[in-house]
Amino acid sequence: MQAPSEGLNHAGLFMFTEVQRSIMSEIIETDVVIIGAGPVGLFAVFELGLLDIRCHLIDILDKPGGQCAELYPEKPIYDIPGFPIITGQGLTDNLLAQAKPFAPTFHLGEMVAGIERLEDNRFRVITDNDKAFIAKAIVIAAGGGSFQPKRPPVPGIDVYEGKSVHYSVRKMEAFRDHDILIVGGGDSALDWTLNLQPLAKSVTLMHRRDAFRAAPDSVNKMRALAEAGQLKLVFGQVTGLEGDDGHMTHAVIVDNDNQEHRLPATRMLPFFGLTMKLGPIAEWGLNLHENLIKVDTEKFETSEPGIFSIGDINWYPGKLKLILSGFHEAALMAQAASRVVNPDKKVLFQYTTSSTSLQKKLGVA
Amino acid sequence: MAKITYIAFDGTVYDIEAREGTTVMENAVRNSVPGIEAECGGACACATCHVYVDPDWVEATGEPQPMEEDMLDFAQDVQPNSRLSCQIRVTAALDGLIVRVPESQG
Repeated sequence: MQAPSEGLNHAGLFMFTEVQRSIMSEIIETDVVIIGAGPVGLFAVFELGLLDIRCHLIDILDKPGGQCAELYPEKPIYDIPGFPIITGQGLTDNLLAQAKPFAPTFHLGEMVAGIERLEDNRFRVITDNDKAFIAKAIVIAAGGGSFQPKRPPVPGIDVYEGKSVHYSVRKMEAFRDHDILIVGGGDSALDWTLNLQPLAKSVTLMHRRDAFRAAPDSVNKMRALAEAGQLKLVFGQVTGLEGDDGHMTHAVIVDNDNQEHRLPATRMLPFFGLTMKLGPIAEWGLNLHENLIKVDTEKFETSEPGIFSIGDINWYPGKLKLILSGFHEAALMAQAASRVVNPDKKVLFQYTTSSTSLQKKLGVA
Repeated sequence: MAKITYIAFDGTVYDIEAREGTTVMENAVRNSVPGIEAECGGACACATCHVYVDPDWVEATGEPQPMEEDMLDFAQDVQPNSRLSCQIRVTAALDGLIVRVPESQG
């Protein structure tokens, strides 16, 4: 990344066009933007908060907690210091409670699209939702990257994505009077089956087996509609799509008896969960090591002064991808970030156990 | 030790001596078998270590548990011999096991 005065053509640098700048509806000014609201991002709120630094967090998931909340909310973690056993959601809830005195603001369901340095050395951060931030420092705590919907292994599906194939429902009206094929057996698949059925021309729910993970109440409602002939329930897999110029007309499916069928479908909603992709981080002009962000081990700063990186997304010699390593990195990063955010302020090292001033910030004194 | 043969999507064969008690996923990752991602690290929480067990070995490896069945919903191109390799533990009885790696984990 380069300052705008140094030119627009630096390789890999994301720059905003004037048009993009003008459509940004609101600009949020803050001390620090944290990219990623996983455990390490959440603990960074605490460590920065003790140094009077306010944070906004941006995460593509619809909830804080990152992998802990998305991949293993109910599963035990055994290597968090002081907790012989804690679940992913339990750890997330505790970290949220710990960060609460510092009133972080969450921007969920959004992905950072680009970063640029301003002339006053602050940063402008823009999301894929056209939200803009101006921050004195940036902390990239993006873990394994951003969670993206899994794409089913159907040849040529990319042509239909965004036109006929969607991985989420933004506007229900876009599905009215369509032949809709919904694939999956979890809550997303069942909820949208029930919600779209009244306005669709037809709904087919396809799943690989006659067992559903979704809430039993939704499953019962779905089965009642199927019995009444108001939706079609099929067990099998999609093997092909037919259509023209991205507009689907039929899905080719193979049922569990190995019979092939052509099913009229003009909209398809596959729900196969999420997978982690690095996303646009590789385009931000930071020095990388095998797709991880290189940092020093004193400040956990990237090759761009003022941009820090902590947790699974960073790399340094000896790096261990453990949550506890991310916590340590957050503490050291906060000391360094404080010198960027408040350059004239002397950082006094204090303990929460004994410092009345820290206890006041925590709301306990 | 038990010999496990991984056949990658491109046909490359990886013969690996696996210690008993480890998982089929761990041995693949340790030996950089392509196509086994294991995003969640073996918690049966992501379905990116999906493999096809050779038909001759389906009986020996057994049926997936309900939690694994649920996670297989997130795997791609699931077949009757699909398993999540993090849920197959290596035993002496699996000496000679053959698994195939799918084209993509998602």
